[in-house]
Amino acid sequence: MLTKEQVITWLTLCHEVLEENKTWLTQLDTAIGDADHGNNMNRGFKKVYAQLDAIKDKDIGAIFKATAMTLISTVGGASGPLYGTFFLQAGNKLAGKEELTDNDVAIMLRAGLDGVVMRGKAQAGDKTMVDVLIPVTESVEQDINAGTPLAEALAKAVEVAEQGVKDTIPLVAKKGRASYLGERSRGHQDPGATSSRLIIEALFNASR
Amino acid sequence: MKKLINHPDNVIKEQLEGMQAAHADLIKVNFEPYYITRAGGPVKGKVALISGGGSGHEPMHGGFVGHGMLHAACPGEVFTSPTPDQMHEAAKAANGGAGVLNIVKNYTGDVMNFEMAAELAIAEGIQVQNIVIDDDVAVKDSLYTAGRRGVGATVLIEKICGAASEEGYDLKAVSELCRTLNQNARSMGMALTSCITPANGSPSFEIGDDEMEIGIGIHGEPGIQREKIKSVDEITEMMTVGILEDGAYSRKLKEWDHDKGEWVEVEYVDQPFKKGDNVIAFVNSMGGTPVSELYGVYRKMAQVTDKFGIKIVRNLIGPYITSLEMQGCSITLMKVDDKMVKLWDAPVYTPGLKWGM
Ligand SMILES: Nc1ncnc2c1ncn2[C@@H]1O[C@H](COP(=O)(O)OP(=O)(O)O)[C@@H](O)[C@H]1O
Ligand SMILES: [Mg+2]
Repeated sequence: MLTKEQVITWLTLCHEVLEENKTWLTQLDTAIGDADHGNNMNRGFKKVYAQLDAIKDKDIGAIFKATAMTLISTVGGASGPLYGTFFLQAGNKLAGKEELTDNDVAIMLRAGLDGVVMRGKAQAGDKTMVDVLIPVTESVEQDINAGTPLAEALAKAVEVAEQGVKDTIPLVAKKGRASYLGERSRGHQDPGATSSRLIIEALFNASR
Repeated sequence: MKKLINHPDNVIKEQLEGMQAAHADLIKVNFEPYYITRAGGPVKGKVALISGGGSGHEPMHGGFVGHGMLHAACPGEVFTSPTPDQMHEAAKAANGGAGVLNIVKNYTGDVMNFEMAAELAIAEGIQVQNIVIDDDVAVKDSLYTAGRRGVGATVLIEKICGAASEEGYDLKAVSELCRTLNQNARSMGMALTSCITPANGSPSFEIGDDEMEIGIGIHGEPGIQREKIKSVDEITEMMTVGILEDGAYSRKLKEWDHDKGEWVEVEYVDQPFKKGDNVIAFVNSMGGTPVSELYGVYRKMAQVTDKFGIKIVRNLIGPYITSLEMQGCSITLMKVDDKMVKLWDAPVYTPGLKWGM
């Protein structure tokens, strides 16, 4: 189970890790993008964090929707609409919830992933954030179905996410800015996959 | 990093304050959220042309707001797409009742943010169309990439469509013109140096004194390939021939279907240039290359187009779609008919482009 406090903790931790890793994410985006991913994510979650106090008593669906609107209006770039849609779809699915069951967490990930794919049309192997979000969602769904406790399922999800990030390195990008580099995108880790991994890790840390 | 700035966080705001102070007769800057409209407010009965993109490309787009060109522009952070709320507010502020055309450069972020903005405006009953500009021939295919980037053609298209709006074209007609112009245009860019965004403080890529990047976009990103630097004649010939010999280009673009009330993907195929075509030629500086060198480029480019039997009927030379202080240039050729030339010649009065009045 994930309580509302833990959901707030998750979003707080997202702000913290994205601030800590801002320079690194931007460096990754310098190699195969336009050197702004860390700045974009940091700007967005800083604003999310600043607004948490005002929304912390709403239901979890509403908290996610407010988070989505903040990300959509502050991040910009490709990651703004994508992460914004992630939280928007998650919020839609979890409307009215005061706490999340283990299964709700799986539902949240699936809704978020579907939203990202609907907006960005990326497939597995295109070297994007979905190369982390797909295996993570599948792993959590499987584990929760098998009755694995949430924290344990999420601990594994972090490993899966890390593997997903590593797996983007040899790929040639087919979506987003990195795709313009063609073969030159090979050998670099995808910045969006990396930020997704950080967000999943924050979820695990909030669930403990 | 050496830059004429106060604090990196305030660069966009202070730039906009400066623009407002300098051009109060032409534009009005809104600060929360950021967007720029014409000083006189919405133009009644005319289609509102809106564009936007990351900052750092000045004078594009804010400098093209004014009579005969854009009705509003949305500046993002440096090299980062603006957000849907900015675009939505700009659409409401600029709509003169005849609908809104969003001119969107083909970058994943710009496209998705403008789609969300269009959805918001449509939900409120505003007629909107998004036309995506994708003229960069350095990107070869659309199957394994996000498709050709929107670069130099954007400037020419904003000018010509702006004139069409002044003439009273309705939303459907301006959209069609915009699409045709995009299909008629091809560009190629190159860089001698990289550039430094204020937020990062270090160059976007390292490049040797004797190297150049070919096939760059406009966001300080590396190009398609790196080569040893050559003479301006050799570089210009390679770029111009690259544009003129570029074959048919096919891709699917999303547009709003007003009857169905949803996005539809439409396949468009651009045809290559052919002997006898009339073109507008645009030689653009990436920001750091002086106009003197642009004329060197123009000289050779005109020789090459001449050899291909292509006639330059109008030209534009200077820094109009830039990448901060990057040294480099881009060439855009756009096939035009007499009607388009007339719209090109029509009066324009904006901070960045002024003639005929
Ligand atoms: N179509 C897409 N679908 C999913 N993710 C995408 C897509 N395009 C780009 N991305 C992700 O976005 C990241 C880049 O984000 P960011 O740098 O903030 O935006 P931009 O590319 O507009 O500068 C990439 O590393 C990639 O993971
Ligand atoms: Mg980026």
